[in-house]
Amino acid sequence: MALLDITGLSVGFQTHDGIVRAVQNVTLSLDQGETLGIVGESGSGKSQLSFAIMGLLARNGHASGSVRFDGQEILNAPPKVINRIRAEQIAMIFQDPMTSLNPYMRVADQMAEVLVLHKGMSKREAVAESVRMLDAVRIPDAKGRVRLYPHEFSGGMRQRVMIAMALLCRPRLLIADEPTTALDVTVQAQIMQLLADLRRDFGMAMILITHDLGVVAGSCERVAVMYGGRIRETGPVQPIFADPAHPYTQGLLDAIPRVDQPDEELRAIPGQPPNMSRPPSGCAFEPRCPYRRAECAAIDPPLEDFAPDRARACLAGLDELRDRRMRVEPRPDLVAAGDGAAETDLHAADLPEGAVAGAGAAGSTLSPRKETRP
Amino acid sequence: MVIDQKKMQSLSDRMVEAEVKGRSPWADARRRFFRNRAAMLGLTILVLVTLFALFGGALAQWSNEELDFSVMGRVAELGAPSLANGHYFGTDNLGRDLYARTVQGTQISLMVGIVGAAIAVIVGTLYGATAGYVGGRTDQIMMRAVDILMSIPYMFVLILLLVMFGRSMSMLFLGIGLISWLDMSRIVRGQTLSLKNREFVEAARATGVSSFRIIIRHIVPNLLGVVAVYATLLVPLMILTESFISFLGLGVQEPLTSWGALISEGAGTMNYGTLWQLAFPLFFFVITLFGFFFVGDGLRDALDPKER
Amino acid sequence: MFGYVLRRLAVAIPTLLLLIVFSFILMSLAPGGPFTGERALPPAVLANLEAQYGLNEPLWRQIWNYVWNIVVHFDFGPSFVYPDRSVNELIAAGFPVTLTYGALSFLVAVVLGVSLGIVAAIWHNSWLDYLAVGVSIGAQVLPNFVMAPLLVLVFTLWYRLLPGGGWSFNDPSFWIMPVIALSTSYMASIARITRSSMLEVLGSNHIRTARAKGMPEHRVILRHALKPAMLPVISYLGPVFVSMITGSVVIDIYFSTGGIGKAFVDSALNRDYAVMMGVTILVGALTILFNLLVDVLYAWIDPKIRY
Repeated sequence: MALLDITGLSVGFQTHDGIVRAVQNVTLSLDQGETLGIVGESGSGKSQLSFAIMGLLARNGHASGSVRFDGQEILNAPPKVINRIRAEQIAMIFQDPMTSLNPYMRVADQMAEVLVLHKGMSKREAVAESVRMLDAVRIPDAKGRVRLYPHEFSGGMRQRVMIAMALLCRPRLLIADEPTTALDVTVQAQIMQLLADLRRDFGMAMILITHDLGVVAGSCERVAVMYGGRIRETGPVQPIFADPAHPYTQGLLDAIPRVDQPDEELRAIPGQPPNMSRPPSGCAFEPRCPYRRAECAAIDPPLEDFAPDRARACLAGLDELRDRRMRVEPRPDLVAAGDGAAETDLHAADLPEGAVAGAGAAGSTLSPRKETRP
Repeated sequence: MVIDQKKMQSLSDRMVEAEVKGRSPWADARRRFFRNRAAMLGLTILVLVTLFALFGGALAQWSNEELDFSVMGRVAELGAPSLANGHYFGTDNLGRDLYARTVQGTQISLMVGIVGAAIAVIVGTLYGATAGYVGGRTDQIMMRAVDILMSIPYMFVLILLLVMFGRSMSMLFLGIGLISWLDMSRIVRGQTLSLKNREFVEAARATGVSSFRIIIRHIVPNLLGVVAVYATLLVPLMILTESFISFLGLGVQEPLTSWGALISEGAGTMNYGTLWQLAFPLFFFVITLFGFFFVGDGLRDALDPKER
Repeated sequence: MFGYVLRRLAVAIPTLLLLIVFSFILMSLAPGGPFTGERALPPAVLANLEAQYGLNEPLWRQIWNYVWNIVVHFDFGPSFVYPDRSVNELIAAGFPVTLTYGALSFLVAVVLGVSLGIVAAIWHNSWLDYLAVGVSIGAQVLPNFVMAPLLVLVFTLWYRLLPGGGWSFNDPSFWIMPVIALSTSYMASIARITRSSMLEVLGSNHIRTARAKGMPEHRVILRHALKPAMLPVISYLGPVFVSMITGSVVIDIYFSTGGIGKAFVDSALNRDYAVMMGVTILVGALTILFNLLVDVLYAWIDPKIRY
């Protein structure tokens, strides 16, 4: 049985301008100890998806569908049920460590209260355990610093505190919502490394939410690409990187800066993400898609399996995608990959070399940060 | 009964953000404002009250100073509101027509409110914009002065002024206006400061655009939102202040009157069974305050939409 | 923290001096002196009076004497109108009354206002919220000088439940109407501020973290949301304090409670500058002291404030 089973999850927000459909009909599953990357531009609904799993949607948000953790339904579960799951089974770390930690409480108090609440520890034990956890996330002088307030830490240290706080109860699943976006590039890599180490040590499953394909390549086994509130493509990381089966995935990959082709210009995906309060009737990517055809404006294709463990939601033929990819970006080593059946011969070398933590590939919002290119 | 400084700060930040992104916040705001039912109700009330103040006098059968000798001395029995004798709102305790007096009181209260708010807004904006734009030591000294002035009990000083220099309308305008510019100046200064250092203003300065033009082109349009909201919310506060002083008998003097004075008179005589003398002025006072608050809040929410 | 308080006091003292100097200058600029009554006094008598009060001395000398007497003897001098009574006596007579109903009103406004605001924010968009918003919008157009007659109308004239005026330290029924009249509109403002700031805090990131930690909602609110939500309320307490002192003038006049507001308005109507100035300076000092307390409270809650 899968650890986490999401079926037909949709999230809507009631706003002044009508209902915003942030997430539509998402189905995903995650096994024990597995890592899943959810990738998409800002506004693609990936963060709201993770909030919905934890029951953390804003007041005006509503989720429908089903989320089962270890067989137990937790979507819209009563507070008593979901509060036993949160922190104990599923923990979460957030994008902005400055505002996500309580600025009015000492780190010791914020961390200790988790253990007091869930493990029934005394305050003294809880603080001692918190210090051990701060040591584990490699915060120097944890014993002294635990008495400080969050604003007395640097950005990267705050995110370490956040991670330590999330791991206090040894959760079985960690959801990391853009854990490195607000951090400096050098710190980003450190945090990703720390997360990978901790995941291995603790044997956790992890959902990594990011707009950065590079981060996914470095740390995930499977990936789901979201656009306009829906999953457009999912599958294991390597085949998706080698042979993307959705135009949007292709666009994201092409937008990754490459070191092996130095003269090349960055290829951003043209256009803007859709406005989800007035979603298009057909495929949300249609206005920006190089493969669009007449019926794309009318039909939003469902996510369908096209190879073992791989699925995509697109009307364009696979061959068409591959042809164009070959033309635009000749990769002789992939020609042999054939019709998408056996990609076993793909190895890590096929990953774009630019694909490391910190390589910004945020589609149209390309930030030409030179220092991000290794 | 006080302007929420935090919301004003949030509005101010929003206006800066809009300017930086080169978007006009007004187009959407107008649509939102006209969709806000409370704001529309407030606007309707204000239009009606203004019409009443401007043209209500034309319908009066009696002047505001004329004594009706037929009701004098028996006001409780004969002075009640009546269409027959032309006293629509009844008479006051001296036998004067309360309708005409209410029209006059409305004129004066509205005028004091609007002029007072205008003074406060102008002084506050100029002071704040100067401090913010000039910056440095000047700014520090100017803002320290505001800090010091903040801790002065204004109502007492205002009464002191009114007593020492005699009660006059101009003194009232000035005194009331000078009470409320401090908060305004702080917001304006903060906004000016955060605009001043933006790239587009620096670019303008670098290409030799004069300070005056920068202020007119970039700073002032940006302040407009905050100023408009502030002014709308200040008017009722000014009316409150004036009424407060008039209620104490230290405000406008006979034969002039205002809502506060009328409420005071009505409150003084209500145990003689002449409740209308309290009810009519109070009614106009209350609905006008509502009107201004609704319009002011609506304007702010339209310019700075947030779930509240 | 101690240094901070000292520094703030160092600013407070010049502020008070400024207030005194300002009042003196106003007084000397004002047309007619304090003894300009309906009947013009014979010049000899006037000169005599001015000499008695030291008004014939140069302005700086008057100010110096005034400040000196306050600092050394805590003496605000004699009343200009009732020569046998000192300003101290007049203030001392009214101050305990004002303090009693003022403190009660302050407490009522803060406790009720904050509770109402929190309830409205927690049950956002429920009937409780609409009720709280309705009450607070309605109450903000009911300032003390409107509330006072309305209360008397209802509780004294119609139902004859409460005395319509007067004061007794032993009988709380005299306190009720002054307290309600003085606190209503501030209660409303505090409720509105609390509500909007609580709503904002409840939507903030660190509250989402607290929820993600599996905290029950009441702990989220009490441990994580209350402190930051109180910050705007605390910075509003200064203005409330000042407005309440100002409002006491109306209460004292309308309910004949005999507080310092009464002394102030009487002196204003009599042109008794000595008493007016005494009251103004006392109120100024209280305001400064209170603002200092508020700042200290603020700094205590918000660890980011450096002092």
